[in-house]
Amino acid sequence: MTVREVAVNAYREALPVLSVSALGGLFAGLVLGGMSAELQRIQGLLVLVPALLATRGNVYGSLGARLGSALHQGLIEPYISFGNERLRTAAAAAVASGLLVSTLAAVMAFALLVALGEPVAPVWMLVGVALISAVIGGGVLVTTVVTVVLVGYRRGLNPDTLAGPVVTTTGDIVGMATLLVAARIVLAIGGL
Amino acid sequence: MSAASGWSVRRIVRATLPVLVALTALELTSGFVLGTIQATLLQYPSLLVLVPVTIGTAGNLGSILAARLSTAFHLGTLRFGRDDTLVGNAVATVALAITVFPIVGAGAWGLTAATGGAGLSPGTVVVVSLASGVVLAALAIGIAVGATYAAYRLRLDPDDVVIPVVTNVCDVLGVLVLFGVVRLIV
Repeated sequence: MTVREVAVNAYREALPVLSVSALGGLFAGLVLGGMSAELQRIQGLLVLVPALLATRGNVYGSLGARLGSALHQGLIEPYISFGNERLRTAAAAAVASGLLVSTLAAVMAFALLVALGEPVAPVWMLVGVALISAVIGGGVLVTTVVTVVLVGYRRGLNPDTLAGPVVTTTGDIVGMATLLVAARIVLAIGGL
Repeated sequence: MSAASGWSVRRIVRATLPVLVALTALELTSGFVLGTIQATLLQYPSLLVLVPVTIGTAGNLGSILAARLSTAFHLGTLRFGRDDTLVGNAVATVALAITVFPIVGAGAWGLTAATGGAGLSPGTVVVVSLASGVVLAALAIGIAVGATYAAYRLRLDPDDVVIPVVTNVCDVLGVLVLFGVVRLIV
């Protein structure tokens, strides 16, 4: 293929995926833009935002990739049921990693800001926001990824190309929405 | 982890945790940079709206390019150097950035204007978005090609390593470039 053919082909293949995920990103941004009160009241929350959004993408992206490979290899059946032991294990491992890494991100952000002498909210608030959003977001994302990958596979779609964009788009929207909810819950608990 | 015995919660968590923690540390540096321009972002909500979409689109541009290069590499159709596949994909990445980022900028301004003052002119937001996008496309090409080449030299499967690394590095660069452009233009 010539340079031109390669470029046109790559452009056509990527544009729809990129556009859909940009639309998702804009809605995530709208939530972030509407969160300025929470960002000001929980100092250090903005520092956590990229890490928490990336964790959603990494953890559930890896779940999608794992399920995709397992379907290709015939290791799991493409049906959603609690008797599907490998499916249960992969989903539980993803939620567990999500909780662990989110908590760690909050503690690391707190330590970084304290070490640099920057103003920061109490550590329980940051950990609280990270944990609550990881629990709610984890539930939503596990359901979405498992459903989309398994149903997509049954309909003859390649889970490898499906999982990535689905995870980045829903991960951003769900990630931001659950951060807002978690921040409000933590502020309410703190009586602030 | 393809062996049937490999599927336990503990084993999967243990296998993925080191990479996840390293990537989290990387992402915290971009969070810290965001924190330093928090005042500007809160003053102009359209810029705050741009944050997740810039990060996401930069990561997507990098990961799509890396995935295509990895596949070409597996198929044996990629040579490093002046190669048609390489150049064609690089051109497409820049073209995609020039298409998507102005729309994203206009969308960010529109959404903020519709939900209460945007604070900046639509032209400024579109220019900030487009300038960030073009710089990010160039950086994404460098990172994706470099990482695919490194995986090839180190005999690693590019699918396992390159995509998470490229996506997260592009995420971080997304924030850094947005920071630089906001400092220059706004």
